[in-house]
Amino acid sequence: MNDWSVLVGIAFLGVAYGMVLYLISVGLSVTMGLMGFVNLAHGVFAMAGGYVTVTLMNRYGVPYFASLAAAAIVVAALGFVLERTLYRRLYGTSDFDQVLFSIGLIYVSIAVVQHFWGPLTQPMRAPAYLKGIITLGGFEFPTYRVFLIGFSIVVIAALWLTLERSRFGAQIRAAVDNRRMAQSLGVNTGRLFAQTFALGSGLAGLGGGLGADILVTSPGYPLQYILYFMIVVILGGLGTIRGPFLAALLLGIADTACRYFWPQMGAVFIFILVFFILFFRPQGLMRRARA
Amino acid sequence: MAKHSVNRSARAVTALLGGLFVMGAAHAQAQAVKVGFIATLTGGQAGLGETMQKATNLYIKLHKDELPAGVTIETLWRDDTGPNPDQAKRLAQELIVRDHVQMLAGINWTPNAMAVAAFTKQAKIPTVMSGNGAPAATRESPYVIKTSFTVWQACYPLGQWAGSHGIKQAWTVVADYAGGTDAYNAFAKGFAEKGGEIGGSIRIPLNTVDFLPFVQRVKDAKPPAVFVFAPGAAAATAYMKAFDELGVQAAGIKIIGPGDITDDMELQHMGKGVLGIETALFYSAAGDRPANKSFIAAWKKEYGANDDPGIFSVTAWDEAAAIVDAVKAMHGKMDPDKTMAFLSHWKTANSPRGPLEIDPETRDVVHNVYMRKVEMVDGRLANVEFDTIPMVKDPWKEFNK
Repeated sequence: MNDWSVLVGIAFLGVAYGMVLYLISVGLSVTMGLMGFVNLAHGVFAMAGGYVTVTLMNRYGVPYFASLAAAAIVVAALGFVLERTLYRRLYGTSDFDQVLFSIGLIYVSIAVVQHFWGPLTQPMRAPAYLKGIITLGGFEFPTYRVFLIGFSIVVIAALWLTLERSRFGAQIRAAVDNRRMAQSLGVNTGRLFAQTFALGSGLAGLGGGLGADILVTSPGYPLQYILYFMIVVILGGLGTIRGPFLAALLLGIADTACRYFWPQMGAVFIFILVFFILFFRPQGLMRRARA
Repeated sequence: MAKHSVNRSARAVTALLGGLFVMGAAHAQAQAVKVGFIATLTGGQAGLGETMQKATNLYIKLHKDELPAGVTIETLWRDDTGPNPDQAKRLAQELIVRDHVQMLAGINWTPNAMAVAAFTKQAKIPTVMSGNGAPAATRESPYVIKTSFTVWQACYPLGQWAGSHGIKQAWTVVADYAGGTDAYNAFAKGFAEKGGEIGGSIRIPLNTVDFLPFVQRVKDAKPPAVFVFAPGAAAATAYMKAFDELGVQAAGIKIIGPGDITDDMELQHMGKGVLGIETALFYSAAGDRPANKSFIAAWKKEYGANDDPGIFSVTAWDEAAAIVDAVKAMHGKMDPDKTMAFLSHWKTANSPRGPLEIDPETRDVVHNVYMRKVEMVDGRLANVEFDTIPMVKDPWKEFNK
C-alpha cells in the first residue's frame, strides 16, 4: 500500500463523516442564526431520525430509502410541533433560559427513547446492495460510504438551490440578515421560523438515519454528539450554510487523519483545532455578508 | 360494665395483633439479605447491566425456594453509567451506609472493579464480582471473589495457541483502557513465548465514533493476523462491522481475540462477516453441556426466543448461584469473614460454562477455556467449540506471585 492510497483512503472516510455531520448541523446553523436561539437539543432530532429509520427497517421491514424519507418527514413534523408549542415561548429570553430549556428537552427525550426502545444501541443494517467494497480508479472503498457521499451531495445541492433560488430561501436569508427589516417588508417571520425549524430538524433526522452507522443510534446520542454539531456550527459561522460545509469537511478529514496517524490523540485533537481556528477567526470560517 | 370490658379486650387484642405484626415485620426485615449491584444500566454499554439484571432475577426466581424459611434476598441496583471508578466507589459507599446492604455484587469495567475492591477492604463487605475481567481485583481486597473471568485467562492461552498454530506475526487492536491493556499484555506474552512477533499495535480511545480509520491502518499493513479486544458486546459489534466493511478477512488477515469480540449476546447482529473468526473463552452458547442447555432453555422461556444470553449473562448467573448458596449456608446471617470463608471455597457443577471452582488462594475463578470458531449452525451464527484447555487458573496471578 503506497502513501497515496493511504491519503486517499483517509480523505474519503473523512469526507463521508463530514457529510453526515453537515447534514445534521446545517439546520442548527440556520436556526441559531435565524432565531438567535441556543438550541443544544438539536441532536435530539438527529437521534429521532436514527430511531425512526432503524425501527421502520428492523421491526416493520420497510425498505431503506422509504425509511429514510419517513425519518426526514416525521422528524420535520416533530420539529414543527415542538417549535410551535415549546421553542417559541422562549424567543427573546436570555441565553441561559434557552440553554436550560434545551438541556431539559435533551433529558426528557433520552428518557422517552429509553422507555420505548431500551438502553441498548440500535443495530443499523444497511441493505445488501449497499454493503461490501467497490473499486474506483484503482482504490477500494466501502460501498456504503460512497453512497453516503453521493446521496449527501444530492441533498446538499437541493438545499443550496432552495436557499439561493426559491422565495422561501430568499425570505430566510433576509430574516437572518435583518429580521426587523424583513418583517417590515411583509415577511411573516413567525411562520418562517416554524418552517425553517422544520426544515432544519428534518435534515437532521435524515442525517441521523443516514449516519446511523457512524454516529450510533442510542439514547445517549444527543449528549454524546452535540459537541461535534456545535463545533461545525461555530467553526462554520452562525447563520451561514456554506461555512458549516467547510467546517464539517475539515473536522471530518482532520479527525479521521488524526485517528489514523496518532490514535491516542483522537479525542484531544478536535479541541486543539477548534481553539486555533477560533483564535485567529472568532467569527468562524465564513463570515455572513451583512446587508 | 360489659361494654367497658369489651372495649378493653378489643384494645388488648389490637395491641397484641399490632405487636405480633411489628415483630413479624421486624423479623422479616432482619431476614432479607440485601445485595447491592453496581452495573452499567444506561448509555451505549447498558447491555452489560441489563443482561446481569436478567440473569440475576431469573436465577433468584427459579431458586428462591431453596432459601431457608423466612429468608429472602433483596437486590438493589445502581447505575455506574460506564467506566467511572469514582462513581462506582460512591455508589458502593451509599449502598453500604444508606441502604445497609450486606453484600455487593456485579460491577462492570476493570477500573470500577479496582475502586470498589479497595473500598470493600475498609468496609469489610463480602463482594462477588461477575461483571468484569480485572485480574487484580481479588488481590486488592480479601473481601472479593469473582465469578467472571480474567482477561488473561483467555488472551494468554490464545497468544500461545496462535504462536503454535502457524501465526508468526500479528497486529493488535485494543480499546484504550485498563481492560484493553491487560488483553494486549496477556496476548503479547503468550504469543512471544511461541515465537510470535507483534507487528504494530493500535489503541482505540473509548469514546470513538468512527472505527474505520483505525481498521484501515491494519488493513494497509496486511499482517497475517490481527488480535482484537473490544470493551463490551455493543462495542464488539461496532468493531466487527468496521472490519467487515473494509473487508479485512477477505483481504487474507485472520481475526483472533478473546470471545468478547463475538459475544453470543450480540453475535446475531454482527452479520455473516464474522464467520471464521477464532476466539478463546470460558463459555459459548453453543456448548454441548446439559447445564448449558437447561440454562438457555430457561432463559428463552423467560425472555423470548430472540434473546441470546452471552458472557455476562452466564457470569451473573453463577454469581447469583454463589450468593444464594452463601445465604443458604449462613442462614441469612452474613457475617463477613464466615461468608468469605464459604465463598473462597465455592464450587459448582451446574454452571452453564462447565466445571467452575473458586481458587481459595486467589479467590478468582478456575474454569475451562474453549477455543471456538464462528460457524453457521441451524441457520444462526454460533461460536462452535473445537478445543478445550482444561481448568485454567489466572495466568496473571501465576506470573505475579
